[in-house]
Amino acid sequence: MNYKLQFSELLPHWDVLLWGLLFTVVLTVVSTVAGIAVGTAGASARTFGPKWLGNLVAAYVEVIRNTPFIVQLFFIFFGLPAAGLKLDESTAAFLAMTINLGAYSTEIIRAGIEAVPKGHIEAGISLAMTKWEVLRHIVLKQAFEKIYPALSSQIIIVMLGSAVVSQISAQDLTYAANLIASRNFRNFEVYLLVALAYLLLAMLTRSLLRGLGRILFKAK
Amino acid sequence: MLQFSLWDILSNLLIATQWTIVLSLIAFVCGGVVGLILLFMRTSRIPALEWSTKIYIELFQGTPLLMQLFLFFFGIALFGIEVSPWMAATLALTFWTSAFLAEIWRGCVESIPKGQWEASSSLAMSYIEQMRYVIVPQASRIAVAPTVGFSVQVVKGTALASIIGFVELTKAGTMLNNATFRPFVVYSLVALIYFCLCFPLSWWAKKIEGRLNVAR
Repeated sequence: MNYKLQFSELLPHWDVLLWGLLFTVVLTVVSTVAGIAVGTAGASARTFGPKWLGNLVAAYVEVIRNTPFIVQLFFIFFGLPAAGLKLDESTAAFLAMTINLGAYSTEIIRAGIEAVPKGHIEAGISLAMTKWEVLRHIVLKQAFEKIYPALSSQIIIVMLGSAVVSQISAQDLTYAANLIASRNFRNFEVYLLVALAYLLLAMLTRSLLRGLGRILFKAK
Repeated sequence: MLQFSLWDILSNLLIATQWTIVLSLIAFVCGGVVGLILLFMRTSRIPALEWSTKIYIELFQGTPLLMQLFLFFFGIALFGIEVSPWMAATLALTFWTSAFLAEIWRGCVESIPKGQWEASSSLAMSYIEQMRYVIVPQASRIAVAPTVGFSVQVVKGTALASIIGFVELTKAGTMLNNATFRPFVVYSLVALIYFCLCFPLSWWAKKIEGRLNVAR
């Protein structure tokens, strides 16, 4: 191997990388919040809603879970404008991420809801709680506590999957890497550095989520 | 100007689907072999082996598959070897798959009661014999459902090979879109084909899982 790795050539581009990193973080945080909201609504609709709505949610979950994220992204970014809905690349990235995490978290949260004993729901109703109160205070609270670890890993998977949004020119960390590589041709160095950044981000996210879980569910 | 009918688009996509299937199969089989070796290393109770496997798994599970593809694609080229997208995709997907499968299977091995290990070691079995005759036959029953479930991730993972220029279903979709300017139709069909590949696997995994629960 005669090639010499030269990481110093990346130094002038540190700001590009930093902006990319920031975009990836914001993208992950926003679509995590939105995705879990979608998932909560979806899971509630599937277990307590009318049958037609449950079937609709089930179809949504299966379609998203059985197609690659990149195809969903291309469909939203390239396909939807043909049907009259134009989105810029950042909006398309946010939307695709939310829809994707929404489907996975629907399935995860549903598993949590089904693990809540029926007696708890009946007890709530017999205490004259409304349907919403039962859902919020009894069902979802316990469900989230049970599925929190599974949801955390899914968030990290989605964060790593977000590297793909660079392909529709959303300016995330991978986009920054591609940009720098196309300027100085130090492909390997820049991708190695960015891969390391993703690794650290994943580890950081995991410990943050673990800490958050400890705060949220410490009552037990 | 050349006109593409719906049938032209579909037939071209189906031709490319073959490569998605071939790449998935290779990645899954090779990844399974490497994953099995990793599993033996990970459960060997030799600290150096366990640690190196742990780091390997952490590296491949903690970085995006896309980055791994890029690193293989540009990394091997540094050694002066000409890298085809085909080779980079196969290697990256194999190692990525192996990390996940090793971790899934480790969970299955660890779910086997400790008494089984103790009983077999009191019969003077070596580690390899314990795994071969006692642990793996039991763990493999539990492992089938999550392994089939993960194969769906492998099929979906091959879509990323399109980014380094491997012509499979997604890349064919992009090329057809550039030729026909009908993104809605093209990407709907691409998604539909992926669904037809993945849904039976998901369904099968769920069915096996259900059967296993009844047996208990």
